[in-house]
Amino acid sequence: MRVALFITCVNDTLYPETGRAVVRLLTRLGVDVDHPLGQTCCGQAHYNTGYRHQAEPLARHFADVFGAYDAIVTPSGSCAAMVRELYPRMGERARAEGRGDTLARTLAPVVPKTYELTEFLVDVLGVTDVGAYYPHTVTYHPTCHGLRGLGLGDRPRRLLEAVGGLELTELPGAEECCGFGGTFAVKNADVSAAMGTDKVMNAASTGASVLCAADNSCLMHISGTMTRLGVGMRPVHIAEILASTREEPSA
Amino acid sequence: MSGTFVGMPAFPKAAHDAVHNATLRANLRHATTTIRRKRADAVAELSDWAALREAGKQIKDHTLRNLDRYLEQLESAVTAAGGTVHWAADADEANRIVTGLVKATGEKEVVKVKSMATQEIGLNEALEAAGIRAYETDLAELIVQLGDDRPSHILVPAIHRNRGEIRDIFRSEMMRWGRPAPDGLTDTPAELAEAARLHLREKFLRAKVGVSGANFMVAETGTLVVVESEGNGRMCLTLPETLISVVGIEKTVPTWRDMEVFLQTLPRSSTAERMNPYTSMWTGTTDGDGPRAFHLVLLDNGRTDTLADAVGRQALRCIRCSACLNVCPVYERAGGHAYGSVYPGPIGAILSPQLRGTGSDIDASLPYASTLCGACYEVCPVAIDIPEVLVHLRERVAQGGPVTRAGTKVVLKPARGHAAERAAMRAARWALTHPGAVRAGQRLAARTRRFHPSRLPGPGKAWTATRELPTVPRESFGAWWKRTDGGTRDGKGGSR
Repeated sequence: MRVALFITCVNDTLYPETGRAVVRLLTRLGVDVDHPLGQTCCGQAHYNTGYRHQAEPLARHFADVFGAYDAIVTPSGSCAAMVRELYPRMGERARAEGRGDTLARTLAPVVPKTYELTEFLVDVLGVTDVGAYYPHTVTYHPTCHGLRGLGLGDRPRRLLEAVGGLELTELPGAEECCGFGGTFAVKNADVSAAMGTDKVMNAASTGASVLCAADNSCLMHISGTMTRLGVGMRPVHIAEILASTREEPSA
Repeated sequence: MSGTFVGMPAFPKAAHDAVHNATLRANLRHATTTIRRKRADAVAELSDWAALREAGKQIKDHTLRNLDRYLEQLESAVTAAGGTVHWAADADEANRIVTGLVKATGEKEVVKVKSMATQEIGLNEALEAAGIRAYETDLAELIVQLGDDRPSHILVPAIHRNRGEIRDIFRSEMMRWGRPAPDGLTDTPAELAEAARLHLREKFLRAKVGVSGANFMVAETGTLVVVESEGNGRMCLTLPETLISVVGIEKTVPTWRDMEVFLQTLPRSSTAERMNPYTSMWTGTTDGDGPRAFHLVLLDNGRTDTLADAVGRQALRCIRCSACLNVCPVYERAGGHAYGSVYPGPIGAILSPQLRGTGSDIDASLPYASTLCGACYEVCPVAIDIPEVLVHLRERVAQGGPVTRAGTKVVLKPARGHAAERAAMRAARWALTHPGAVRAGQRLAARTRRFHPSRLPGPGKAWTATRELPTVPRESFGAWWKRTDGGTRDGKGGSR
């Protein structure tokens, strides 16, 4: 199986340690991974802000880069949801606008092959115990696009519960949005900040030392809020926890 | 504050004020979290909820696809039952019709059942201008009217008020509208309800004209249906001599049998009740029972324009249960007033810019009043994909495009204030289809990382006002992969 990593533009630029963790984890599980260097961005920011036509070339670029692989794995629920949910919709809209089937046909091959990391682990590799060791108290925030867009369900939780040394605590209001929402964080900064503050306060109330999620964009907003509020918790991507072992612990 | 939404500031400004109003946020948080939990329990009781939701969606879609036919059937049935049907293309026409009908009775006052449609068209203000006083009889609407306020929730228009505020409004305002509040009124719910009961009873017994909306109109029989919790609506529907109902054309359902679905999904979604306390149904007029004259004003006001849009038309399925408001984290912080319309919350954010167009600042800002978290879609009992419509309307605002206004196809230009964003999106699109440019940008950012300011100017200011920026790493993932050949060469991060 030829597996390509889609590391996402945010991870690539700001959180490379998440990408490195995905490589360590999948390699440990015997997956031969590739990272096609032509990859950039799935187009989600453009699409969700109302620039569907600007998102189309990015989607085509994505399909060009990844089309030949058997599976595409990404450590981001929202980017996976973009490909799986919204690429077909982009194709349909192009057709409705009288532009024929070209876009739909170009994008179709990558749609069923794109997996969010925890989905790939549980559904494709069939593992929940990935042999990880992470001796910390962790609370888990299920991000909206992973939770409701992709329907990740309890997959991330099952993976975390199988991690050695890890103590999982319940996050109050877990399923409520953190307030990031892409450009929402800037366009409606006051509401975004209020939502972020509530999320951080709920996380702090769990007594956990680590807040974990499967999307670095949400974590960027939550982490920035934590630092500003002086809440001493570490935001960590789930990939870094799952990659951590006794021999090679994650920071 | 005034009774209408004219001249509302755009959503971010209105929300800014609400977010910083501690009382408002506490009131909203308490009310929405309570109802949210109850609704989830009420829905979980039904094993066939998913099927009911799908059925509701299908019935509504089928009706909307054949709306012309069902409206004609409805008109025939209402007429045959002794009612009179009037067609109103917009708010002005509807207000003119109702004002004319009330004037013809010679009356100077009307009692009203809570009605979104009459709020939407500003009927109370139009009647006032014609020298006719409209009395709201729904408890929450009464609080809003006495407080010279605006509704902030579809189902609980005074959700933003707490008991103390309501007592103060009753004490100072009731006397100006009729029977004053009893002496020594406290803020206990029973006393507040009793004060409203005494105040309203006078209105019910005197009124000769009632004005209502309707939750549903059954085309096959010409029957109108109102569901409510207090019984005040039933008083308005049965006591007056003349009943005038103003209803949006999308409230039509084909048959009685269809009510089986909605009378289950609506109360459970809205008030978390298994069955609605008062369900009133009326068909034309009957000798010796109820109003002697019945007028139905069928309101378009942007609805057929909305129907013309293939993506946006699903908003017309809405049965006004308000589950999307109660679950929305943005509504919870921003409050209903920030949406600048009688339709607040997620449904308001997609309905108002379609009914009114995206021409005003508030309407152009509404599609962005969401994080697209999807909670609203998940709870919607008629499966309106609100995030899908939000993104669709964002496109209309940011890029313009074809729409139908007043029955005519027009091509909209992008809304004001999006030029810089559009340029940035175009530049980003160029860079992101040229991987070399992305790598160069990342290298530049990494090299200058020590000089990055912690507070940003321009649009970034909104971010750094409350959040720290992440530090740019020394090396991007792509650069690491290339340097180490996927982690095989430096021994760290991969052992292949």
